[in-house]
Amino acid sequence: MDSLQNFFSEYGILLLEKTWEHLYISFAALALGVIVAVPLGILLARLPKVAGLIMGIAGIVQTFPSLAILAFFIPLLGIGKVPAIAALFLYSMLPILRNTYIGVKNVDPNLLEASRGMGMTAIQRTVRVELPLAVPVIMAGIRMSAVYLIGWATLASFIGGGGLGDLIFDGLNLFRPDLIIGGAVPVTLLAILLDWLLGRLERTATPVGIRMEREGA
Amino acid sequence: MLVFDNVSKVYAGGKRAVDRLNLEIEEGEFVCLIGPSGCGKTTTMKMINRLVRPTEGKILLNGENLLDKNVVNLRRSIGYVIQQIGLFPHMTIRDNIALVPRLKGMPAEERYRRAEELMELVNMPKEFLDRYPHELSGGQQQRIGVLRALASDPPLILMDEPFGALDPITRDSLQAEFKNLQQTLGKTIIFVTHDMDEALKLADKIVIMRAGKIVQTGSPDEILRHPADEFVEDFIGKERLAQARQQLQTVGQIMNPDPVSVGMGETLSQAVRLMRKRRVDSLLVTDGAGVFRGWVTVEMIDRHKNWDAAVADIMETDVPTVRADTLLRDATRNILVRGLKYVPVVDERKQLAGILTRTSLVDVLYDSVWGDAEDESSGLPADGEGA
Repeated sequence: MDSLQNFFSEYGILLLEKTWEHLYISFAALALGVIVAVPLGILLARLPKVAGLIMGIAGIVQTFPSLAILAFFIPLLGIGKVPAIAALFLYSMLPILRNTYIGVKNVDPNLLEASRGMGMTAIQRTVRVELPLAVPVIMAGIRMSAVYLIGWATLASFIGGGGLGDLIFDGLNLFRPDLIIGGAVPVTLLAILLDWLLGRLERTATPVGIRMEREGA
Repeated sequence: MLVFDNVSKVYAGGKRAVDRLNLEIEEGEFVCLIGPSGCGKTTTMKMINRLVRPTEGKILLNGENLLDKNVVNLRRSIGYVIQQIGLFPHMTIRDNIALVPRLKGMPAEERYRRAEELMELVNMPKEFLDRYPHELSGGQQQRIGVLRALASDPPLILMDEPFGALDPITRDSLQAEFKNLQQTLGKTIIFVTHDMDEALKLADKIVIMRAGKIVQTGSPDEILRHPADEFVEDFIGKERLAQARQQLQTVGQIMNPDPVSVGMGETLSQAVRLMRKRRVDSLLVTDGAGVFRGWVTVEMIDRHKNWDAAVADIMETDVPTVRADTLLRDATRNILVRGLKYVPVVDERKQLAGILTRTSLVDVLYDSVWGDAEDESSGLPADGEGA
């Protein structure tokens, strides 16, 4: 118990600082991912010919080792938070892109036919029919991305991005298990917390009618 | 109201889904497009709200070419009901019904009032308005689907097999309810179906299609009475045709065309001779132009002792007659209610055309009740299959 108290008194402020950095990097990457991948996914659902190609490329990017990607951005963007965010953003894209694509693609074609026949414009169809119906699937993608990002963001430390990875890698270099645990536990807790929060958000964002239909079934 | 002028739809690869189609639809008409799958009936319908673009020809709506109109406004002014219902699961019933008025920019209060009015129209409780589509049964959902198409009060409604996915009992009640609604509201309906019973029940005009062309157009009665060719006959079905034939048989088809008649100027003794010769107890009386005037019976002659008098002097003139083109089912009722043994049949110029006796009616009855059974039983011994 004493050692725990000592650890917090010594590293408490640092821990908070690093947690903030960690969240900042993760959220920045996630926000960029959402902003780019959701519209792109909707667009791809309209372009089935291009969709296969783009999804294929995104899948390949996903297989690159994360460290390699991070290193790859150093000559382009230098070191620090910016290249870290850029690399993590690339990673966050795929789950969101894929889920948006699938979510929009899976909207009942009869509903689209009905909305077309009733005189909705293309934008109205997207905003009032496709997106609300695809929200649960899109949100699931965002949630998955967010949890991955919290994990991957530890690697940002390698290129000077900061975050809880600093504590872990310091611990590894200095043979200090307390620092490793002190960094790893908050990362895990953040991931669990975020998963739970986004799960709540997913539920809230799902239109009432759809939610009732699912829970009833 | 709606005119198809030489309209074709040719898909890549040269398949002509609709082939030089000409069709005219009047305001307030209930038109059923019917045919086997792939005959182009749905394509034809979808060209009206431009979900499918015609390759050739033009479609005129109230004299204006559809292709010159703004497509979004056009669709908002035409009701559309599909087989899969297509209610939006994320919207309440109220919002589903009020969707087109909303797209047209009607204020919320007004369009929700409209939704309530429509619910009253089909006697559905207003509580349903706050529910979601999945909470309703299939039949209720399609009622809402129909109301949604009526919401902005369009003069024309397109329906693509709207009752096809419902169970038979629900389908029947919805058909009756909808036909009623259509007549009350005076809407023009284009209704695609592959169910002949449905078309016969609902349509004012049936358009039978095959391979992108119209095979026959006509009222249900016309089509049943005069199927254009073998394809139409097969499509209607033997059983239905046989049934319809009885339903639609006219007096002229079963009457005895050679009634025993006598001229007005003939004497009673001549009449008696004729009766004896033809072995009948009454004669129909005609004038020089063949116009039916009345009848004389053997009792009437018997009461009148002077056999030199003319038939015209003693004949009964107050005699019910029936027109040759009357439907048999109508004439039968008349004969049975009045307890007549026979009725003279006249044509449109009141000339005597024949006579309808109880015997001829009984013949029809035999045909319909035992006619088929006789054919079957006569085949049985040969087949060696006992019942």
